[in-house]
Amino acid sequence: MSKVSDTMAWIDERIPLTATWNKHVGQYYAPKNFNFWYYFGSLALLVLVIQIVTGIFLTMNYKPDGDLAFKSVEYIMRDVNWGWLIRYMHSTGASMFFVVVYLHMMRAIMYGSYKKPRELLWIFGMLIYLVLMAEAFMGYLLPWGQMSYWGAQVIISLFGAIPFVGDAITLWLRGDYVVSDATLNRFFALHVIAMPLVLVGLVFVHIIALHEVGSNNPDGNDIKKVKGADGKPLDGIPFHPYYTVKDLVGVVVFLIIFFAIVFFAPEMGGYFLEHANYIPADPLKTPEHIAPVWYFTPFYAILRAMPDKLLGVMAMFAAIAVLFFLPWIDRNPVRSIRYRSAAYKFILAAFVIAFIVLGYYGMQPVTPMGTIISRLCAFIYFGFFVALFVISKNEKTKPVPERVTY
Amino acid sequence: MATDNVASNGGSAPAVDLKRRRLLTTGAGVVGGLGAITLGIPFVSSMSPSARAKAAGAPVEVDISKLEPGQRVIVEWRGKPVWVVRRTQALLDSLETVKDELRDIESDDSDQPEYAKNIHRSIKPETLVMVGICTHLGCSPTYRPDVAAADLGADWLGGFFCPCHGSKFDISGRVYKGVPAPTNLEVPPHQYLSDTRILVGADGGQA
Repeated sequence: MSKVSDTMAWIDERIPLTATWNKHVGQYYAPKNFNFWYYFGSLALLVLVIQIVTGIFLTMNYKPDGDLAFKSVEYIMRDVNWGWLIRYMHSTGASMFFVVVYLHMMRAIMYGSYKKPRELLWIFGMLIYLVLMAEAFMGYLLPWGQMSYWGAQVIISLFGAIPFVGDAITLWLRGDYVVSDATLNRFFALHVIAMPLVLVGLVFVHIIALHEVGSNNPDGNDIKKVKGADGKPLDGIPFHPYYTVKDLVGVVVFLIIFFAIVFFAPEMGGYFLEHANYIPADPLKTPEHIAPVWYFTPFYAILRAMPDKLLGVMAMFAAIAVLFFLPWIDRNPVRSIRYRSAAYKFILAAFVIAFIVLGYYGMQPVTPMGTIISRLCAFIYFGFFVALFVISKNEKTKPVPERVTY
Repeated sequence: MATDNVASNGGSAPAVDLKRRRLLTTGAGVVGGLGAITLGIPFVSSMSPSARAKAAGAPVEVDISKLEPGQRVIVEWRGKPVWVVRRTQALLDSLETVKDELRDIESDDSDQPEYAKNIHRSIKPETLVMVGICTHLGCSPTYRPDVAAADLGADWLGGFFCPCHGSKFDISGRVYKGVPAPTNLEVPPHQYLSDTRILVGADGGQA
């Protein structure tokens, strides 16, 4: 035995290193027909790493203090060596996190990756999405600009719509009678410690759940049903080296886009970093037009579409909550969109369009026409789930092949 | 007792008393759980406003001697914007006209001291003192005394408009129907120290 294998044997007697590597990478058999849509899981992991690393370096110069926060961000941008790069990587990373997560979720919906036996995998994914939204929201307060301040004011006030205890909850969340230094300080603590810990924990569980049930594929069939003489799935290939190499291609392309944004359009015309946030927080004056960052706007548009406060808040939270139940709303056992009915494809297309239109109107100032269109799209958004529940019961589907196709 | 039990068995494995084990497990679980919940109280409570945050919030004095009709000043009270508006007679006349379009005409479901629960929602009809925070989601509405403003419609009689979610209020801060804000804007406790000086945040217990 060589020195290396001796060392490995020594380690393996003490911790299951080789076994873990094999189970999750070296001999994790993934379907061989993964396509473009399968890049976004590993890319989300990459962005998580970027956010954690850049975040650590930002905290070295940032000051979570109502009087100092705004200036400390300007200090990072102007005086800290490469501070602008680190901050723009972090701010671009926040938006790109949602880009890859939305595409990742779209993949799961299209190919039915939430269906039995992957219900828990989907729910852990949804929890990650929820924590990610909390993380992004709290992070957005930290620069202590006008949009930070009034965005936090609006979002915290959402909880005030809860009957009876609403006001007490908002007071507790803020730690003061208005959004103030106390709020900033606790959001900092939650943003840099609590939420990332929860996020990493959930990502770990998400991957464990995935590797327990195995990856779905664009055909939505089960590769474990057809095994070769060696007991390995005929349509499966080991994650390493096949998909590590494939994902590396995705990483390179992603990083080209990512750094093009960081270097040439870090504000993205006000969509990634809003203009009003370059003005220090002023508790006495709301900016003329306030809107959340783009990744929240579909839900924000639903909130605004309702003419009643409690109803609006309920609709907004329901829009997210309903996604948790997707594995049970969709009653059709056929997973992939490739083998589903035209009716299903139609309502899914309507859902995606409604979501994008809502996202657009959530960024615009309130207009009567915008409100009508938002209401229509909110109706389509929720209608999708109702229609899916009905259609999926007796849907006319095409036969699903036993082996994967390309 | 336990040692007696073992001894009486002469060292061989004693019979497991499941009832006793369950009682002990439940007991330990309940006591430990209570302890954990009790320990949670200080942590949860530490997030409530601190003694310093509660103490801040002294009343503020506003001098309105230089306020022209139609003008507004903003002062900070407890970190919130408080508006003092000197209304013109035309604006005051609109209070009767808009009545039918309002949700809470008599301010029955809204926050104001007793002395401001009237049509002009103030002590003196001309001078409005109001917390400039929308009752919907906490933005600060804009002051729009411009009658028939282009963006608010030809029938706009002057008032306040929240740019965040489109809530409209009349010039007394009463909310219109069909907008997301549920109640009228809040009137803070206040009193006149003299004809031109207002104390916001205290009213000598008149409320």
